[in-house]
Amino acid sequence: MSVESQSRPRAIRLPPTPSSLNSQPSTLNPQLSTPLIPKPHIALITALLVAFGISHFSDHIDPYHLDVLIGIGINVILAVSLNLVNGYTGQFSLGHAGFMSVGAYFSAAVSMNLALRLFGDDGGSVSQQFLLFLGALLVGGLAAAFTGLLVGVPSLRLKGDYLALVTLGFGEIIRVIFQNVEFLGGALGLNGIAPYTTIGWVLSVVAITIFVVTCLVHSTYGRGFLATHDDEIASEAVGLNTTRYKIVAFVIGAFFAGIAGGLYGHFKLTITPTGFDFTKSIEIVVMVILGGMGNTVGVILAAILLTLLPRAPPPDRRIPHGDLLLPPDRPHAGASARPV
Amino acid sequence: MVYGVLRFINFAHADVFMVGAFIGYYMGKIVPEGTIWGGLLTIFVAMIGCAILGMTIERVAYRRLRGGPTLNVLITAIGVSLLLEYSGQVFFGAAPRTFPALLPSLNFQISGLVISTNQLAVIILAAILVLGLQFIVYRTKIGTAMRAVSLNPKAAQLVGVNNDIVISFTFALGSALAAAGGILYALNYPSIDPLMGVMPGLKAFVAAILGGIGNIPGAALGGLILGTVETFVNGSHVVDLQGRHSPSRSSS
Repeated sequence: MSVESQSRPRAIRLPPTPSSLNSQPSTLNPQLSTPLIPKPHIALITALLVAFGISHFSDHIDPYHLDVLIGIGINVILAVSLNLVNGYTGQFSLGHAGFMSVGAYFSAAVSMNLALRLFGDDGGSVSQQFLLFLGALLVGGLAAAFTGLLVGVPSLRLKGDYLALVTLGFGEIIRVIFQNVEFLGGALGLNGIAPYTTIGWVLSVVAITIFVVTCLVHSTYGRGFLATHDDEIASEAVGLNTTRYKIVAFVIGAFFAGIAGGLYGHFKLTITPTGFDFTKSIEIVVMVILGGMGNTVGVILAAILLTLLPRAPPPDRRIPHGDLLLPPDRPHAGASARPV
Repeated sequence: MVYGVLRFINFAHADVFMVGAFIGYYMGKIVPEGTIWGGLLTIFVAMIGCAILGMTIERVAYRRLRGGPTLNVLITAIGVSLLLEYSGQVFFGAAPRTFPALLPSLNFQISGLVISTNQLAVIILAAILVLGLQFIVYRTKIGTAMRAVSLNPKAAQLVGVNNDIVISFTFALGSALAAAGGILYALNYPSIDPLMGVMPGLKAFVAAILGGIGNIPGAALGGLILGTVETFVNGSHVVDLQGRHSPSRSSS
């Protein structure tokens, strides 16, 4: 190369995965294929405004479609939060429904108990309900995040199959704990949760979740997640604390799963421990895998597809035995009882 | 055992268990109820059927992924498990059915304990199968080949072991045992449905890990410990969070 020809600086790309140092060669290499849009904050504000707008027009939309949209939104939040753990950080977690259940139960407990105490019989004004629901969701999310911490710390040394089984075990432990806590309904579940979830809430949380996860992963801190996924030994060698990244991934993933659980609880109005079992975890994992682990756009599309696919037939349910494959729908009579 | 040879957790095992129970159900329509030879024939046919199923699954789903990261095989196993469960729902219908009483139902009384023939069958057959498995793995040529492949597949190939045949045989054996387990389970808990394998499958993993993965007597011991602990906890009276005494509830 002569001195005169000066090569222009090239854009930095992620190197291909060095598989030789890893005992388990990693073929799941999440390149940052989702290009980060130039001004994510503007996109977030736009999305929140759109959510606000849609919620105002929600009376004109068919209630069944609204329910489906809410279901899609909740699944997107779950899938994107799990994508952070499974896809970007490479920790194959099969216990995500456990975090969701913690969020659902805690937020329902807060909203049910505080609503009675604060508002009395009339149910409170719209802004009071808003604040209560916000508080309940945050409590659920934080409780789930704490659970994520509890689950993440013992799981750190494990890889691959063993991590999958341990997280599966934790999911089941959480489910069994809820089955035995009479205060939260025990095996029969918690009934009579107030229907606070609206399409506006769901879309706002979806926007915030996608914003947080995407911006986190594309930041300089977030490169640590990808490094932990690719090659832990090399990451430790350059000074990254892989332990911390794994725990942070679990905690943040669990936080959003808890919020999704809170939304779910106030949507279905009844939650049972068996609704958050291994099968539910697998559903979310399938969404992440179908979307391409580590690819946020793909995961969102997969979540939408997999929520819509069981509902493809028209509501008169012509598939024999299809009823048993679909999760129980909220009775549409409840639509009129929603707060405006 | 499958884990020891192939180094991956086979999530579909529990659903082979379920298929075995259903084969037993349909056999029960052909075979007269309440005879010992009928029961044994059913178990035998189910074991063969599931061995074929296991070999098919291995050939179709897992063979091509050999040599890749085990995470991919794990995901595929979950997929096969879901496929079997919901195909079962399509073909058998999702409603639970009653498993026929294949063995003569008598009750024996041994010093204060009442044991039915079904429970006795479980004990006897489980013992026979575990001993048979030990015999196969430690005393036969194919068993030695299985152990060789589990230790070091490439070296096994160097000494002339045909990995494909050994792995197929491992799957066939494991699936046959799953089928036997399915029928024994169905004899004692006579309601069967296509999703019945999920819970026992989870417990089987726990038992295997408890006993040490890849260790056959360990897995048997793990299963015993798990079953005993579960029964004792279920039957015990636990003080719940409100101070009431109630029988504790856990997974079924």
